[in-house]
Amino acid sequence: MTVSVSPGSLEDRKAVIDAFARRHRFKWYEAIPWVAAIASYFAFDSYHALGAQMFATILFALSLDLLIGFAGIVTLGHAAFFGVGAYAAGIMAANGWQEPLSQLLVAAVAASGVGFASGLIVLRTAGLTLLMQTLVVAALLQELANKWSSVTGGSDGLLGMKIDPIFGVFRFDLYGDTAYVYCLVVLFIGWLIARNIVYSSFGRSLTGIRENPNRMHAIGAPVDGRKIAIYTISAALAGVAGAMIAQTTALVGLNTLALSKSGELIIMLVIGGVGQLYGAFIGVPLYMIAQDRFSQIDPIFWYFWIGLFMIFVVVFARGGVLGVCGRLLERRSSR
Amino acid sequence: MSEFLSITISILFHGVAMAMVLYLISVGLSVTMGLMGFVNLAHGAFAMAGGYMLVLLMKQQHWPFGLALLAAIVICVVMSLILERLLYRRLYGGGELDQVLMTMGLIFASVGAATWLFGPVSQSLEPPAMLRGQINFLGRDFPTYRSFLILCGALLVTALWLGLERTRFGAQIRASVDNLRMAQTLGINTSRLFSIAFALGSGLAALGGGLGADFLNVGPNYALEYLVYFLIVVAVGGLGSIRGPFVAALIVGVSDTAFKYLAPQYGAFFIYAITMAILLWRPRGLFGQSA
Amino acid sequence: MLANVIHASLLGAVAGVALTAAASAQTIKIGVVNSYSGFLAQQGDEMEKGMDLYIKTHQANLPPGVKIELVRRDDGANPETGKRVAQELITRERVQLLFGIVASPVAAAVAPLTAEAKTPLVITNAAGSAITRISPYVVRASFTQWQFAVPMGQWSAKQGWKTAITAVSDFIPGHDAEGAFTQGFTEGGGKVLSALRFPPANPDFAPFVQRIKDAKPDVAFLWVPAGAQASGMLKAIRDLGVRTAGTKIVATQDLLPDEELPNIGDVGDGVISAGNWTSGADRPANKAFLAAWEKEYQGKVIADFLSVDGWDGMDMVFDMINATKGKFTGDEAMKFFSTWKSDKSPRGPISIDPVERDIVQNVYIRRGEMKNGKLVNVDIDTIPDVKDPWKILNPAKK
Repeated sequence: MTVSVSPGSLEDRKAVIDAFARRHRFKWYEAIPWVAAIASYFAFDSYHALGAQMFATILFALSLDLLIGFAGIVTLGHAAFFGVGAYAAGIMAANGWQEPLSQLLVAAVAASGVGFASGLIVLRTAGLTLLMQTLVVAALLQELANKWSSVTGGSDGLLGMKIDPIFGVFRFDLYGDTAYVYCLVVLFIGWLIARNIVYSSFGRSLTGIRENPNRMHAIGAPVDGRKIAIYTISAALAGVAGAMIAQTTALVGLNTLALSKSGELIIMLVIGGVGQLYGAFIGVPLYMIAQDRFSQIDPIFWYFWIGLFMIFVVVFARGGVLGVCGRLLERRSSR
Repeated sequence: MSEFLSITISILFHGVAMAMVLYLISVGLSVTMGLMGFVNLAHGAFAMAGGYMLVLLMKQQHWPFGLALLAAIVICVVMSLILERLLYRRLYGGGELDQVLMTMGLIFASVGAATWLFGPVSQSLEPPAMLRGQINFLGRDFPTYRSFLILCGALLVTALWLGLERTRFGAQIRASVDNLRMAQTLGINTSRLFSIAFALGSGLAALGGGLGADFLNVGPNYALEYLVYFLIVVAVGGLGSIRGPFVAALIVGVSDTAFKYLAPQYGAFFIYAITMAILLWRPRGLFGQSA
Repeated sequence: MLANVIHASLLGAVAGVALTAAASAQTIKIGVVNSYSGFLAQQGDEMEKGMDLYIKTHQANLPPGVKIELVRRDDGANPETGKRVAQELITRERVQLLFGIVASPVAAAVAPLTAEAKTPLVITNAAGSAITRISPYVVRASFTQWQFAVPMGQWSAKQGWKTAITAVSDFIPGHDAEGAFTQGFTEGGGKVLSALRFPPANPDFAPFVQRIKDAKPDVAFLWVPAGAQASGMLKAIRDLGVRTAGTKIVATQDLLPDEELPNIGDVGDGVISAGNWTSGADRPANKAFLAAWEKEYQGKVIADFLSVDGWDGMDMVFDMINATKGKFTGDEAMKFFSTWKSDKSPRGPISIDPVERDIVQNVYIRRGEMKNGKLVNVDIDTIPDVKDPWKILNPAKK
């Protein structure tokens, strides 16, 4: 939606404001995922635990989309922030601090701290070196969690977590009822934040950085500062996602920091479509449901087929589900 | 004093042996990444294939070590050529994300394929009888196989360097790494060069994976498990360089062994910290091209 | 009017017959949480085969009309996955019992669920001592690390070996083994010179084995996760000539599992281990077990201690089903399990300790020997009725 920007006349200024407003206003189809989620609560009675984990993972993927899709930062170490959040909440829960909402807050702060610090190191570089540094940060944290087993439980995982009921009323139980609603609400809030960032001028400047870093320098936008800002925010959201998983499963393991977790997340996001805000909402459920079904039939084959599928998506179906749908829609509308 | 010397010799010996294996596997990756600008995360899968071929040909078909090793290399070279034509070619010059994704997919597929074909358990290498046991050198006992590894590694490295410096092919590679466009205008068939370099790199990886199967256990998760090590060697060494990864492999191999011996409670922590520090200091690696 | 009455009574009669028929055809759903993928898949397979073999050969022993339905789920040796599938088994599949679990971290993650759901868990491998204390609905039929490593340490000290070095994988089972051996060895008057720990996903044993060799202890206690690491460690021992330098090697049965013996070969000659089952044991129950195994699997898979533990675990479940005629609540099942004893196990006499709900069994000291060019374990000593020493040393807080 292009609008010619020329300062001065009243009509012009109004046009600009209108365009902005239209961008921010919610479109009707944006309600679909939420309606579907609410309906699924009743339709899929015994799948609440899976649903809760799905919502947390969607938030995780959303945070990655902010980096890969919008800021153009390709990272293989995003699990670092997820794991930090998970362990933060877990360590609190295992050591007497059992209130879940404050655990979320601490997780967000811890993860954003790690995000900020590692961003300062990682974002100085580009290309392979950046990729390497993100890998190394995650590997370092995983090793730390492994060795510091008196605090983190090491490779056995963190046990003995106790979570209080939310507001003292809603207990996290075996069936996942509370977890479902809890994760859905937190996802909603996280999504609002992400959406606002994307549609804000901050978000646009990020796209500008991604498309053309030299040009942005020419206009005068500070590349490093904004990159670090989005990196930190993304880390915070990932940390919240990690904390949610920790709370709803009452368990934190070294897997939360593993390379395979970052790898799987990228796959989930790419299946749905990168950089389109809703890729996470499509890719994550598709992947997790398929994995749930498949691993009951034959766990061994899963990795093989998902690997092949990835290759297929990259080579033939660029942009994932949303990308393909977008192209189909374009072709229809251009006839 | 002699205990200190003894420990130092042990660490150096085992560290250098490990460095040789890491180098053999990673040098191909460095060249292809520097040459084709392609982020090939799945490089470890070729090393894995080499390891599997060697171990299984020896164990199940009872082939002798040398023959099995040769066969392993040839099979992997052929596989890599097929994959290069079929998949990698499509993404040359493509975005970094696409390359990361495709090769990540390849890694996952290799994990699944290996589990399916060879089962979930790691395979271990039984070196041929004449390479087992120990040899006595200057009053100390050294494991024969490791000594063989170091010797092999040294010979191959020398051959590689000579090949790069003294042959036309080597010159073409160096030229293309330095400036691809220029090389193309000079009439170098870069497309063919890519294929050959890729095959060579994968063959070396297979060799490294096979020889190193002694301590880099060959299991289905190989490509994922050791990815960080290979990438560290390449990133720290510098893309497109042949010497760089050698120095990096030595650093990684020796310090990894040293820490395991002296301070095992910290695990791989120091390797990662050192890597981060080096990359902060020299983002392009120790011997990488400056911007 | 009469027609209606006859009609109604006929319907009632038919319904009654149908209901009784349904009631007598009863299916007991058991959720099996096992490792079908991941680094413990081989162990999971061994256990599965033992369990399946028992069910197949003992179908006739079930009460009339009672059937068993197994619902199998993969935990991938990962506690998060394990907990999730156990949760699904309980809430979606509504199983009456959980069975299996190879890895201790998975068992520790699943155990709290059993308390909330009041669903019993029969553990057939996971060896972490504290697990049976996490929930009153957990019972273990297999073994604990402490059960083997403490007697190993005591036995080593009794041989007159004065100095030892321990070398273990640096994660909690390894620490358990290290602590237990040290406890037993120092109790018997020995001295542990140093405790080495190597990274769990360890590519290279040589530096650690070199340290062992350099220190020249009387005995070296090793612990690695069973499987390829065991072979790797033993090869390093051989390649560096540790034993020719005079150090004895002792371990728990994880270092010389029966299915790896052909791979280990002469490297295992003279290595001493403590375990709960030796395949060469004479007792009739063992001979019967091995005969049934051979008939079913025909030499394609070698039975090992995991198979025997799976077999015995299912034996315990069958006994419980028979005692309750197939109708039981979680509490009733646990009450039966807590006092269960058996002398029909291939391991010899075993029983469950009612207080801790953990296995009590004989511990056999075995030595690896080459017989007809093959490596076998030979029993050289028996320590009867060993209770988990960790629990004795760490009484439960009331």
